[in-house]
Amino acid sequence: MTDLAAPPRPITIAIFALGGEGGGVLTDWIVDTAERGGYLVQATSVPGVAQRTGATIYYVEIFPRAAAETAGCEPVLALMPTPGQVDIVIASELMEAGRAIERGFVTPDRTMLIASTHRVYSIDERMALGDARVDETALREACQAAAKQVIAFDMQAVADGAGSQINAALFGALAASGALPFSQELFERAVAAHASAANSNQAAFTAASVKAMGESASSRRPVRRKPGRLRPSVVARLKHLRPILSEESLSLICTGVERLTDYQDDEYANEYLRLLLPFIGLERERGHGDDRLLLEVARATALNMAYEDAIRVAELKIRSERLARIDREAGLRGSQVLEVTDFFHPRTEEIADVLPAALGSAVKNRPWARRFCDRLGRGGRTVRTTTVLGYLSLYLVASLKPLRRRSLRFKAEKAALSEWIEAILHIAANDYELAVEFAKCRSMIKGYGDTHARTAASFDVLAAAAPMLLGKPNAPSILRQLREAALKDEEGSALKNAVKALGKG
Amino acid sequence: MAERSFQQEIGKLRLGEGQEFRGEGILAVTKALLQSGIAYAAGYQGAPISHLVDVLNDAGDVLRELDVHFEASANEAAAVAALAASVSYPIRGAAVFKSPVGVNVASDALANLASGGVRGGALVIIGEDYGEGSSIMQERSHAFAMKSQVWLLDPRPNLPSIVRAVEKGFELSEASNTPVMLELRIRACHVYGRFQTRDNRRPPRTLKQALAQPIRDTGRISLPPATYLHEHEKIERRRPAAVRFIEDEKLNEIFEGDANDIGIVLQGGLYNTTLRALEQLGLADVFGKTRVPLYVLNVTYPLVEPELLRFCAGKKAILVVEEGQPEFIEQAINTILRRAQVATSIEGKSMLPMAGEYAGSVVKAGLLKFLRAYRPELAIKQEEARSDDAAGTGQQKAATALKSVAGNVRPRPPSFCTGCPERPIFTAIKLIERELGSRHVSCDIGCHLFSILPPFNIGNTTMGYGLGGAGASAFSGEAERRAIAVIGDGGFWHNGLASSVANAVFNKSETVTVIVDNGYTAATGGQEVLSSAPERDTVRTTGNPIEKAVRGVGVEWVRTLTRTYDLRRTRDALKEALTTSEKGPKVVIAQSECMLNRQRRVRPQMAALAQQGGRVVRERFGIDPEICTGDRSCIRLSGCPSLTIAPNPDPLRREPVTTITRSCVGCGLCGELVRTEALCPSFYRVSIVENPSRWERAKARFRRAVIRRLQRRVIRRATVSA
Repeated sequence: MTDLAAPPRPITIAIFALGGEGGGVLTDWIVDTAERGGYLVQATSVPGVAQRTGATIYYVEIFPRAAAETAGCEPVLALMPTPGQVDIVIASELMEAGRAIERGFVTPDRTMLIASTHRVYSIDERMALGDARVDETALREACQAAAKQVIAFDMQAVADGAGSQINAALFGALAASGALPFSQELFERAVAAHASAANSNQAAFTAASVKAMGESASSRRPVRRKPGRLRPSVVARLKHLRPILSEESLSLICTGVERLTDYQDDEYANEYLRLLLPFIGLERERGHGDDRLLLEVARATALNMAYEDAIRVAELKIRSERLARIDREAGLRGSQVLEVTDFFHPRTEEIADVLPAALGSAVKNRPWARRFCDRLGRGGRTVRTTTVLGYLSLYLVASLKPLRRRSLRFKAEKAALSEWIEAILHIAANDYELAVEFAKCRSMIKGYGDTHARTAASFDVLAAAAPMLLGKPNAPSILRQLREAALKDEEGSALKNAVKALGKG
Repeated sequence: MAERSFQQEIGKLRLGEGQEFRGEGILAVTKALLQSGIAYAAGYQGAPISHLVDVLNDAGDVLRELDVHFEASANEAAAVAALAASVSYPIRGAAVFKSPVGVNVASDALANLASGGVRGGALVIIGEDYGEGSSIMQERSHAFAMKSQVWLLDPRPNLPSIVRAVEKGFELSEASNTPVMLELRIRACHVYGRFQTRDNRRPPRTLKQALAQPIRDTGRISLPPATYLHEHEKIERRRPAAVRFIEDEKLNEIFEGDANDIGIVLQGGLYNTTLRALEQLGLADVFGKTRVPLYVLNVTYPLVEPELLRFCAGKKAILVVEEGQPEFIEQAINTILRRAQVATSIEGKSMLPMAGEYAGSVVKAGLLKFLRAYRPELAIKQEEARSDDAAGTGQQKAATALKSVAGNVRPRPPSFCTGCPERPIFTAIKLIERELGSRHVSCDIGCHLFSILPPFNIGNTTMGYGLGGAGASAFSGEAERRAIAVIGDGGFWHNGLASSVANAVFNKSETVTVIVDNGYTAATGGQEVLSSAPERDTVRTTGNPIEKAVRGVGVEWVRTLTRTYDLRRTRDALKEALTTSEKGPKVVIAQSECMLNRQRRVRPQMAALAQQGGRVVRERFGIDPEICTGDRSCIRLSGCPSLTIAPNPDPLRREPVTTITRSCVGCGLCGELVRTEALCPSFYRVSIVENPSRWERAKARFRRAVIRRLQRRVIRRATVSA
């Protein structure tokens, strides 16, 4: 046997994409570029059922034609990537990059990782009752640790900017990476040769190329969410709190104040501040400076006080900012005309909610009135908000705002809120951590209609359990477990079981 | 004709002598069929061979020029039955489908065909859907070759080898009067490569000529007493003839190496993987030079005894690299060597896993075990290399990375496409289950099977294509909670009309059968079926409504829904079917065109119309982030890919907000959900009118002006109160 080290090794490329992202076309472009660049190419894929939104892997091996001609025989190229043996991994999304790493295809000794850092959430992240998103920071760190070189940025945004699919941006980043021995021009020719959408592809390709060249191997930090822009008048109002509160608390409370002023009026925001006062005092006494309980209470109270009734929804729907945003998102051009249709499904409950308390409960309790209201809302209502009549109808509902304080729902919310605050204060006097956990529970009440009823019922279970946990050694973690159980399933069976188990234990 | 154009591919079918074909493996097979002078082909679509069927469907001109008949068969049994034309006539033909599911369906025809044998070459091309990305149960088609005594080709996965296998396959079939199966794995079907083409050949005898001079050979008909004779003929004449041909034509390949006291026997399809593993162990190079001798079985059934014995001569051990289970080849080799009293040790499943795909790392691990046992000095080199590297920081970094990704990579099961018309059917079932309790749901094969996965989690079993109704037949009696059977239009025409619907009528079933009628066999790439819209298919006869067929076999209770997106109607029809006191099977036909194919068809049309100044309305949905409270009931009831989550712009909220991406096609289910289910009022529909009329524009201007005035009042009111 003669020298085995002599022939060059094929360059191996694995593409991790999602169905419908144009991974096949990206593969074609790579094939085209490599063939023009004097390489022999083999490419394959296993689309299978994954063509429908699942994860798909394309695999390409290329080998210099000249070396094959010198040897006088064809190279034998593999049909699937082997862990540790991949030169270039292209991932169309951050979690897919993670998948490539998990499967061992990205290794520090040889892999150039080209990954888009945007997220396409998986179904279990999307459908969870709570927040089930995976840890993006960990995934970014993994990219840095696993690969020899990394080019990672939001290529979907680049593609969107150019009106193309992400494949063109990925290809641009590949061209700029220098991982393949071909000139930029060869890559560009491959894109141009592709008949459909050549222009937008070209634009995305170039934009991503430029960005990738500027992109050092260092990771980009995730963009931090900007705190809400605060009106100076609001900040001024809270001046007296400034020396007492941490920056974070102040900012959050400012947001709360602003929200409630917008929701109702100044007086309503003052009520909010009054509710927070005991907690501010409590945190000062505690003197830790992290204000954890205050933060939770301030957050939950603001959201609770700004509950979503028909008046609020109508008000938000008719705002000029909203219609401007919709126009912008639609990318309205020239003579195009845009219409907005809103979907509602008011039931008797929602109608009674905004009526004055006495009338509201009368409607709820009188069968004939119920029937009448049910008929109003049955089958849902669509409102063409961009027509004069449609807009006016929402406008009228929104103008019930001054009457809100007398409404049935307002009274009920107020009572429930003060009951909750009392309970927290009671718990906080004995067990600060348990109070923090209990404060976190409030935000699980959300949604409209049945959803609201269901989440409120779950909350009630927790609210009943919390005071009983007082004095137990690991009360906060028990309550946290109950809260997590409440977010397991819509039927509430996990919560029921958890509570039952608690009773036994 | 699917909603995709295959003109470019069809061009490749016309390549002539000495030209270079570049393209996919399965298309190379298509070209090789024409080069082999077939007179006819028949097939049923399914990954990974759909492309062959699609291209031949569209290649009418090429086929006419060559006098080749192509038929899109009703199912795989029909495709193999078409090979009957090669029984008595010297005519070549091919059948193609996905396997092993296709062979399962076709096995009746295949057994009959194999019994009598063939005169003209008969090739069955099977796309073996096994391993990663497979959509079916994991079995081997190999067993069918053994039980029916048909020969099984498993060529090396490069285009020249695949093309040669097609051409030699016909010769082998004729030399041994036996149908031949050509097995191609998923990756081989999709592999991009090159080969030198030859001219296409017109069949020496056409179907018309055969019909003009019918031949009747009762000896070839599988009917007793001929069947008894057939069995003997298979063993005594056909099989030896096949073995002789395989040996003479060197269909199997031996690659010698210097470590010749050991050897590897492998399926041709695993050659590239095995060679790469050897290369990584430092025992082969990229051009296929190997130190360990290889016996590559491009024919995996039958084995060629003399060849095998020659290969094993002087070897202390061989390793059989055979994917899947049971290990038919290894068992056969054991028998052959034992009978010949050859002492060579046989390793195989002892060192390689019994089940699962043979990926590169799997084969490498098996090879290493084999070398350690029989040539440890060859294995040492590899281990040294590894320990050098292990000390490096690379391993550490990789370990850190693995720790970071742990738990942060979630599965991505396939799901209904954006705007899929099947989604509202399962949303409706979910709503009904909330009201009337959960149901036993018998599923079928097709996109609708995704109902089993999140977010719907609907479906108890699936028994095979067209068998959704039959799968519920044991539960067909009177019951408080009637069972539901789901079946697609693909499965319905494949065999569901008889097996699921007629069966239910005959047995007085009470089951509710939902027939998902989206106009295509969508899961296999959007091919037309008997009930597809007639204007879309000019080649075959379509436009035969399912309702007519269902009524024709005696179903009385039928409801046809013409728009599945109308959620309330869909729900009410299903509810009625589940609760009606009428006796007998209840059938709900839920129609709406497959959105993937619809978009392929309509999008270019709309773009062209807009370009020409025509009025075009585009719709999509949106969610107001300030109104969405982030409960995501909507996602759990829909699961549309365009309905997803985003970081919450509200600093008061931590949990993600729901959002609709630009991929939304405006199917309307979101809005229907709000109307039907009292979901949150954050959904809105945007209609963008391109090239609106002057009246429309004036109207819009007026409306906007009034709205702006009102908005100014809103702002004034807000500033006053604040």
